[in-house]
Amino acid sequence: MPLQPLLPAAAIAANLAEIKPPLRSQEAFVEASRCLYCFDAPCIMACPTGIDIPAFIKKIAFGNPAGAAKTILTANILGASCARVCPTQVLCEGACVLEDRDEQPIQIGRLQRFATDDVEQRGIKVLRPSAKNSGKKIAVIGAGPAGLGCAAELAQLGHSVTVFEKQRQAGGLNTYGIAYYKMKPEVSLAEVEIVRSLGVEIRCGVTVGRDLPVSQLEQDFAAIFVGVGLGAATKLRIPGEDLPEVMDALDFISAIHTEPHEQIPLGRRVAVIGAGNTAIDAVTQSKRLGADRAFIVYRRGEPEMSAYDFEYAQAKDDGAHFLFHAAPVAVVATNGHVSGLKLVRTRLVGDKVEILPNTEWIEPCDLVLKAVGQEKQAKLLRDLFPQLTLEAKGVIQRDPLTGATNLPHVFTGGDCANGGREVVNAVGEGKKSAHAIHAFLTREIATLPVQPSRLGAKQGPTGSGLLRPIRAHELEKELRQK
Amino acid sequence: MADLSTNLAGIKSPNPFWVASGPPANTAYQAHRAFAAGWGGVVWKTIGDPIVNVASRYSALNYGPQRMIGFNNIELISDRSAETNFREIAEVKKRWPKHAVIASLMVESRAQWHEFVKRSTDAGADGIELNYGCPHGMCERGMGSAVGQQPAVAEKITSWVMEVATIPVIVKLTPNITDVTAAARAAKRAGANAISLINTINSITNVNLDTFVPEPTVNGLSSHGGYCGPAVKPIALNMVQACAADPDVRLPISGIGGIANWRDAAEFLALGSTSLQVCTAIMHYGFRIVEDMNEGLSAYLDSKGMKSVNELIGRAVPTLQKWEHLDLRWQRVARIDYDKCIGCNLCYIACEDGAHQCIDLKAPEELGVGLGPGRVPHKPVPKVREQDCVGCNLCSLVCPVDECITMTEISNGQSPMTWSNYQERLAKGEMKPIPPHR
Repeated sequence: MPLQPLLPAAAIAANLAEIKPPLRSQEAFVEASRCLYCFDAPCIMACPTGIDIPAFIKKIAFGNPAGAAKTILTANILGASCARVCPTQVLCEGACVLEDRDEQPIQIGRLQRFATDDVEQRGIKVLRPSAKNSGKKIAVIGAGPAGLGCAAELAQLGHSVTVFEKQRQAGGLNTYGIAYYKMKPEVSLAEVEIVRSLGVEIRCGVTVGRDLPVSQLEQDFAAIFVGVGLGAATKLRIPGEDLPEVMDALDFISAIHTEPHEQIPLGRRVAVIGAGNTAIDAVTQSKRLGADRAFIVYRRGEPEMSAYDFEYAQAKDDGAHFLFHAAPVAVVATNGHVSGLKLVRTRLVGDKVEILPNTEWIEPCDLVLKAVGQEKQAKLLRDLFPQLTLEAKGVIQRDPLTGATNLPHVFTGGDCANGGREVVNAVGEGKKSAHAIHAFLTREIATLPVQPSRLGAKQGPTGSGLLRPIRAHELEKELRQK
Repeated sequence: MADLSTNLAGIKSPNPFWVASGPPANTAYQAHRAFAAGWGGVVWKTIGDPIVNVASRYSALNYGPQRMIGFNNIELISDRSAETNFREIAEVKKRWPKHAVIASLMVESRAQWHEFVKRSTDAGADGIELNYGCPHGMCERGMGSAVGQQPAVAEKITSWVMEVATIPVIVKLTPNITDVTAAARAAKRAGANAISLINTINSITNVNLDTFVPEPTVNGLSSHGGYCGPAVKPIALNMVQACAADPDVRLPISGIGGIANWRDAAEFLALGSTSLQVCTAIMHYGFRIVEDMNEGLSAYLDSKGMKSVNELIGRAVPTLQKWEHLDLRWQRVARIDYDKCIGCNLCYIACEDGAHQCIDLKAPEELGVGLGPGRVPHKPVPKVREQDCVGCNLCSLVCPVDECITMTEISNGQSPMTWSNYQERLAKGEMKPIPPHR
């Protein structure tokens, strides 16, 4: 059956409404008042951008939300989107000491949103362009979270930055790839404007390598930051993959950000292949756009899923189904349109997936969304920088603390370097690269100011999440398992 | 069940909890509701020549999400006629004969005092409270705290009252005075039967930062108010104890000031109060709060094996002494229970910046305290250097976990020595001066 829109606009708008509403001002005040104001707090260490969380929360509690926003945005230029999309349960909130007092952790993400929303709504600019001008020019390839994180930090250090983005709009996955009920694209676009307001030039619709050769960049700019992210969805390599109703899950999510919702074609029955967080976003949004049945197909079991527990719970709440230990063998068509997915039972032997013979069956569906990861950008990177050293798995080899590659003038961060992590990791890596680029160009170390709520530890603060992350929640889980 | 019945200088009530003279004690209607809820007594809103009040009379100090930790008012004495008030007192007494009704009075001349004392007595009041405390409005007219702040004037007026009083007389003291015991002694000299304290404290609770007018605002202006509520409890306890311990006072005390629950009440009793007066907590939550006050106090007395509330009165008075009588050699140090520590490090920064720099931050693996709640590799945890700890208590006060930091007495083998002992022994050449702290 061909795809078609299933629900009227009003119904979709209700279904895609924000899952976590903003805190109202009194809620934010009460929540902020619960914060203990820990010294050298574990939440800071768990944040990959090292936001001084207790400091900004106190500012909210004392009626200074603009000051709170400044603390946030100084550390993390994408503080508004991270407030919405960060897996706070495993980062800052997972490290909150209140959990050890058998209480709910502080809702750090929602408080961060309260502060960043406040300045956005009131039109207050908390960051200003640098008064310095180093005369150094840096090119950033890719206007995703890593590129923006790097560009904003460099601009604040007094450098002149130009960002090249192949898409029509900047923001990368923040603009195109986040589940709509978590964050609207306007939030990401507003952040892009903040970066521009710092003096960064962002040129969209420019594909480096095609529209502009790298040699030109190398001639015009003293250093280059590569933040090109990942590529298209990994291929399934099964018969029927080329049928029109087999799509990349990310393209489906992107359509929700770029097209009128009531015009997005959908199947009544949607199969999503993969069990990561993108797969969850795809399956829940299929349900919210009106699919009768939407299900995940995963060749391993529930415990092996890479999706976070709370994402899994969300999908189950939305009525998504999960077919574990099932691998797709072929996409089945009727009259040239997808009508089902041929699956086979699997089992895990150690960590290897084994196909169980003679167990095939056909699961009816009209749309197949692929979410088994994204291709690495190995080909693109080799074309752009033939001398750049890549790791075997296709990501750029770099020093994780500085983003430095084997080419002295090339730095990197974000998904193309880390293989695919959170938005907040990409921002942090972009920021660290900015400091390394600053040192490379000026022979000076850009030291981050010691944050007020850590100032005074005799041996120095223990390390923010930016430089020496401590993911307390993860570590505790590991310890419990031992 | 311990006996809560109370007798303050002959004024009997089924329990020590009285509604203090103020807005909750303004009418017979409120007195009926208070007694029905379980209050033992009502001190009527101060009766005098009826006054005229302003609109906007109260303001509050909030702390975090907690409302009204402190409370301020610029309301004057009763705005109802003396006839109405005395008639209602008589009605209330008729319906609640076993409960205490005390008439609070504030007038000017000797003749007026005589008249009002007699009318109170005729109405059937169990006692009289002389309002020498109001710090706003009435003092500008030579009454209230204008009287209480001058012991000689207070003594004079009290003696006028005592000339005609046939029921017990309580003098209510203002805290807006350098030495409250001077006022208490004046009451004693004039023959008063009891004292009550504290009245409200001069205050400005807050300033509106848009209009630059403090609250409460009356058409663009404000006025000094009287401060009360939970925030004033420590000041009240201090003054109650000072009067209870003064050998020249020796008067029964009705304790007032921030009492909001049975625990506050028990503390006032232990420091020498016989009855307790409550106003702000009622203004916040209503008369119903007395249920837990009665229950909680009774359960506490039972748990201590006390048969009557009288056994608690004054129990803590003698343990408060001059500083020079404290033992200089007694030592205690902070000890952290690492099974409870959540790793907030508030103790560390409090000691480091606010006290005596005796706590280090160390990795748990380095300390050998094992890993546990909030303790993961590399995340520092506090460790007290006991040899440097001065035992000041600060870390245990800021610690957000109950019983995590315990101030532990340690034996140093030295016999007790107070400052007075020390001075004597220095003078006699029996010991060398203690070297100053580095």
